[in-house]
Amino acid sequence: MVVAAVLVLVVLGSIGFHLFSPWWWTPIASNWGYIDTTLVITFWITGFVFAAVVLFMAWCVWRYRHRPGRRADWTPENRRLELWLTGATALGVAAMLAPGLWVWASFVTVPEEADEVEVVAQQWFWSYRYPGEDGRLGRADATWISADNPLGVSPHDRFGADDVIVDGGDMHLPLDRPVKVLLRSIDVLHNFYVPEFRAKMDMVPGSVTYFWLTPTREGEFEVLCAELCGTGHGFMRGYVLVETETQFNAWLGEQLTFAQTQQDAPVRFAGPTGGTP
Amino acid sequence: MVNIDEGAHAPPPAEVEDLPPPHATGWWSRWVFSQDAKYIAIQYAGTALAIGFVALVLSWLIRMQLGFPGVFDFISAEAYYQFITMHGMIMVVYLLTAVFLGGFGNYLIPLMVGARDMVFPFVNMLSFWVYLLAVLVLAASFFVPGGPTGAGWTLYPPQAILSGTPGGTSWGILLMLVSLILFIIGFTMGGLNYAVTVLQARTRGMTLMRMPLTVWGIFTATVMALLAFPALFVACVMMLFDRLLGTSFFMPTLVEMGEQLSYGGGSPIVFQHLFWFFGHPEVYIVALPAFGIVSDLIAVHARKAIFGYRMMVWAIVIIGALSFIVWAHHMYVSGMHPWFGFFFATTTLIIAVPTAIKVYNWVLTLWRGDIHLSLPMLFALGFVVTFVNGGLTGLFLGNVVVDVPLSDTMFVVAHFHMVMGVAPILVIYGAIYHWFPLASGRMLNETMGRIHFWVTFLGAYLIFFPMHYVGLTGVPRRYPDISASFVPDSVMTLNAFISAMALIVGAAQVLFLFNLFWSALRGERAQPNPWRAASLEWQTPDMPPHHGNWGAALPVVHRWAYDYGVPGAGADYLAQTDPSRRHGEDIA
Amino acid sequence: MTVVLGFIAAMIAAGLWWLSRQGIFEKPWLETGESPRAPGPAAAPSGVGLGTFLVVVGGLFALMGSALVMRMGPGDWMALRLPGLAWGALAPLALASAALEIAARAERRGEARLRGAALGLGALATAAFLAAQLSVWRDLAATGPLAERLGASFFLLIGGLHALHLAGGLVALARAALRPAGARLCALYWHALGALWLVMLALLGGAAAGIAAFCRAVLT
Ligand code: HEM
Ligand SMILES: [Cu+2]
Ligand SMILES: [Cu+2]
Repeated sequence: MVVAAVLVLVVLGSIGFHLFSPWWWTPIASNWGYIDTTLVITFWITGFVFAAVVLFMAWCVWRYRHRPGRRADWTPENRRLELWLTGATALGVAAMLAPGLWVWASFVTVPEEADEVEVVAQQWFWSYRYPGEDGRLGRADATWISADNPLGVSPHDRFGADDVIVDGGDMHLPLDRPVKVLLRSIDVLHNFYVPEFRAKMDMVPGSVTYFWLTPTREGEFEVLCAELCGTGHGFMRGYVLVETETQFNAWLGEQLTFAQTQQDAPVRFAGPTGGTP
Repeated sequence: MVNIDEGAHAPPPAEVEDLPPPHATGWWSRWVFSQDAKYIAIQYAGTALAIGFVALVLSWLIRMQLGFPGVFDFISAEAYYQFITMHGMIMVVYLLTAVFLGGFGNYLIPLMVGARDMVFPFVNMLSFWVYLLAVLVLAASFFVPGGPTGAGWTLYPPQAILSGTPGGTSWGILLMLVSLILFIIGFTMGGLNYAVTVLQARTRGMTLMRMPLTVWGIFTATVMALLAFPALFVACVMMLFDRLLGTSFFMPTLVEMGEQLSYGGGSPIVFQHLFWFFGHPEVYIVALPAFGIVSDLIAVHARKAIFGYRMMVWAIVIIGALSFIVWAHHMYVSGMHPWFGFFFATTTLIIAVPTAIKVYNWVLTLWRGDIHLSLPMLFALGFVVTFVNGGLTGLFLGNVVVDVPLSDTMFVVAHFHMVMGVAPILVIYGAIYHWFPLASGRMLNETMGRIHFWVTFLGAYLIFFPMHYVGLTGVPRRYPDISASFVPDSVMTLNAFISAMALIVGAAQVLFLFNLFWSALRGERAQPNPWRAASLEWQTPDMPPHHGNWGAALPVVHRWAYDYGVPGAGADYLAQTDPSRRHGEDIA
Repeated sequence: MTVVLGFIAAMIAAGLWWLSRQGIFEKPWLETGESPRAPGPAAAPSGVGLGTFLVVVGGLFALMGSALVMRMGPGDWMALRLPGLAWGALAPLALASAALEIAARAERRGEARLRGAALGLGALATAAFLAAQLSVWRDLAATGPLAERLGASFFLLIGGLHALHLAGGLVALARAALRPAGARLCALYWHALGALWLVMLALLGGAAAGIAAFCRAVLT
């Protein structure tokens, strides 16, 4: 029977494709291996259900195909069977949901010791801000944006003066240190997406979103925008470099602080670290 | 169980007065400004298929760009975004919603519940004309300066109304919003008809639990749509205000291309909530009629009572209700409060249970059936395969933390095409092959139909199954060109393959359109009730049914719609109007 | 989304309650015969139609209420200072409702003249309400650009859609005036829109701030 055979082929082909095709996720470079594990669990459970349902259907199509004189059975209902199936489905669903929620709980719980880094998106490139020596990012808002102050760091916040501004360059992250990535946009929605990190989050103008991760592999990874942000969306790319802590610190030391970028700006900084002469 | 067969009693009064429907007087009021639901159905479906064909052509262009980036110069980034936006919006709203509710709803509800027409025929007619206007406004946006909007079918502000997006500060977005508003007004007129007809115009003996599942699906979907579309309506009106009157509902303080705009204080997230409060139920507005129809196709063509009718009804109702509390699973990475993730992941996965029950019951209807592999049955089988596939990948995306890496990748595109693109479209085709004889008196050509089925089913599977893996490698959606990036070159080979399949599948749809016209004129004449179906729409005195459907007197219903293979009954089916007093378990 | 969720929950509960009385737990394949269930009292389709439409309208306004509550940040909200006229306009609205109620009762008793007069009064009072609203909008719009004025924006939005619904109602009212029937449905529509506007005005006048604060308290 052609139809039954094709249904079997669809199942075998799908499983074969899954197992033998070269297309699979990019090797992970962060601590979110748990997400991958949950995904694999989900693949197993759903794959089993798919194969079971379609193969059973194929068998039915073959076994109960029409032949002259054949009449269908009269089974308008079967409480027992339906309850069993419902129970089994609920179990399968729970087996996926439970690990999922457990991993989500750690995804949304940022460790105390995480460093902060800010990513600022605008049409159509990325900028970054590091907290500087005081370990704190100064306040920022779109209202302060000007040609000299492209990220809108508040000139009145003393924590902002030593912030390191990377306007349009690459992002650097130290290896094996948890980092809380604060996300800000100054125009439309964007999404900071590094496939190897697995984590991603929208950036919403008017508010600050975040996620956290620990980079676990040195290398250079592509940053993509994953929320439609206008014509340039597909070309809104950048790079993040994960390197050893010494390399990272050396790189950070070479960057300009906010105060340095404001040498010529007619603003006076508040607080001890700020203050241009 | 009360056995009402015993004991003579006077027939209960009819639940509705048998009023003749307004009579068509002239050529215009008969063919063009018709108030007959059957004509309106065909007008709706024809318009939807026409604009749907535009969306199909757009999908070829999209696929050409993705498979062979750089080869087709005229597809700039702007054009690409305009194409996907129009493609997505047309497919979801103007094709699927309109075909299932305006098309099948109008055709089948009065016939299946034994009414002469919809309860408000004039409003029903208006509904179509407003819909047509909405389609024309939408189509007009291809011809205005700046072109159609390229904001994505989700129309997320702020970008949707800013200059960085095609059509954002010109006509495109305005026409899109106005067209949607019109669509919703038109739909509401129709929807009131579908709902009230089911509630008030059922013929004598047609209790709710004797209605075919098709009616249950369309009815529930209509009620959901009546509650969900207002959310889109509000979102569109608010966005029009922001764009035209300078309010800041959705617009925070922002600097666009170095320039401070005058907006301030608004929240883009509010739009997302409104949009998905419509958008998620919309998935089921398309799915529930498909569920209902496919149940009937399977029962008729497997000559077997639908398995677990009561569970099927409850599942439809429960799915409809639950689908109002899962909308934020489209917003897991929108930066909303993380606690919502726990809630919405749980509700989303709970919906999987009633949905799975429906799948089991379809398959269990086949089990020990008498399966005729007619065209409608083939499409129904194709539906089950693709729906199960797409439904299961939904469990990935519903499970909040698994969604994090997958959201906004081609995995999502593959998932929703499988589950709400391919699966419902297969049902639409199956339904057309099934009911075409009723509407036209002729059969669709079988050979062309089989070619159409195999190419569409296998081709669409070959398009969208591998596409999941493109997404898994990390390719984001809404990217016109991913060739120069982190993805291995082999992904581009796969993309080219998918694009080639898309062209082949598209060609099969052209064949279907040809079959439709050819068979309407030349097709083999159909026997009355060619599939030997039990439900009421096949029991009209004439086929195709005339104005008023039932001739002199309304039919009286004596049984449910699934008496196939009743033990002890002579024929292998008993029509709903059959007064014989057998029923299954007496005899069994 | 609290407001609209409450609304939808109420509608779904009502729907499920109704369904539970329609025999959805019975086994239909065991029942043959004309009508195993006694038919309910036959309600007129137009009444059911209007009821359904009012549910849709209720949902529409509940959604705008939700948007208002969501959109209200703790900081940027200062209760919209509604001009006195916004409250004053309630008087003609109430009058319109009352007049239509009288018309509906007159229709039942067959008093055609009273019915006609009451319908006319209802239409006039509605027109007065619309005029008052128009003047409130002009006041609000004249105060400055809308960009940062959330309250005024929402008043325009919600009031505008409400006014459009009333204007649509006036068309139906004119139709009813020319026929012997329909006053009851008009009255129902006016009562419902009046009640909706009362709720919306309360939200706009400050109640929304309370709900928003409550939601934030629950979340944190
Ligand atoms: C042969 C048939 C089809 C093909 C080849 C096709 C292909 C595509 C492609 C390539 C995209 C854009 C992916 C991207 O870059 O983001 C897309 C988007 C989309 N399609 Fe289809 N599609 C088809 C049919 C359908 C159907 C039947 C539906 C109805 C549900 C549909 C709904 C959508 C939606 C909603 C989008 C998203 C648009 C957006 O991102 O704003 N498509 N389709
Ligand atoms: Cu982007
Ligand atoms: Cu959804």
